[in-house]
Amino acid sequence: MADVIERVKKIVVERLEVEADKVVEAATFQEDLGADSLDLVELVMAFEEEFAIEIPDEVQEQINSVGDAVKFITERV
Amino acid sequence: MADWNFPKGELMAGKKGLVMGVANQNSIAWGIAQQLAAQGAEMAFTYQGEALERRVRPLIESIGMDTMISADVTNDDEMDAAFATLKDKYGKLDFVVHAIAFAGKDELKGSMVHNTTREGFARAMDISVFSFIDVCRRASDMMEEGGSIVNLTYLGSERVIPSYNVMGVAKAGLEAATRYAARDLGKQGVRVNAISAGPMRTLALMGIKGSKGLMSAGKEMSLLGEDTKMEGVAGSALYLLSPIGQSITGEVLHVDAGFHVVGVPEPSEG
Repeated sequence: MADVIERVKKIVVERLEVEADKVVEAATFQEDLGADSLDLVELVMAFEEEFAIEIPDEVQEQINSVGDAVKFITERV
Repeated sequence: MADWNFPKGELMAGKKGLVMGVANQNSIAWGIAQQLAAQGAEMAFTYQGEALERRVRPLIESIGMDTMISADVTNDDEMDAAFATLKDKYGKLDFVVHAIAFAGKDELKGSMVHNTTREGFARAMDISVFSFIDVCRRASDMMEEGGSIVNLTYLGSERVIPSYNVMGVAKAGLEAATRYAARDLGKQGVRVNAISAGPMRTLALMGIKGSKGLMSAGKEMSLLGEDTKMEGVAGSALYLLSPIGQSITGEVLHVDAGFHVVGVPEPSEG
């Protein structure tokens, strides 16, 4: 779990070019971290590659925050 | 970034071209651009909007290029300005890579019959097909010594693919436009071809509902039993755009690990 959080945070910091201390579990990608719709798709693709998982379209639409991503990925890996 | 390996050489030495449709580091157009650069080509890149510009600029700078031109293919004034810029910069043009298509997300799922609107259809055809015809006209004006133009299509034009819907209709139009453009520009020494690539992990693919299933089916059912490789697609573009592709025009080249010839897949073993 802790490992997942750190790996997710690292990806978010790199992709969105935001300060690491802003990437908390409650942070939403679009409102809090300034992601656009292309960023969201790129983030999902990066999570899939990092964790070797597949994130289905329905789930993708529900991943709005760092915490959402961590929760889904933790259930799968 | 994916670990691609593009052979170096001089097949495109002295050639100048335009690449339209790089969106990010996963784009097929970006793989093609890197392969062409590795063979000595010089290229300008079009982009649409700030979101794409900031993704594309670092990529093209990484291969030593710097010409980025804003071009919304649905806007005649912008296209006029883009080609005027290109003419100032290069004078002549040797090749074009057209990798632009669009359909609304709501149309890339479920039923084509029920989800295709008049506006959505017109927009998909405008961006995915008319833009190619328009670019053929504009680019060929700068190809007095001949040239080569390539676009990207997909099997959804010939066969029914889940969710592909109006995009498949547009790709069928694009392939027909490829043949007619090949006729119109042939006597001028301009070759026009399409590459029908298998599904690849691009931003465009992710916009199609259930697209991840297309990737796994493409791998399992293909004759080679593997994903379509960027090196294969980029190498095919190099072949069609360079002198080694001479005598080839009006062609749709499938680069999909053999998926397009399969009728019924072999029963799985065991």
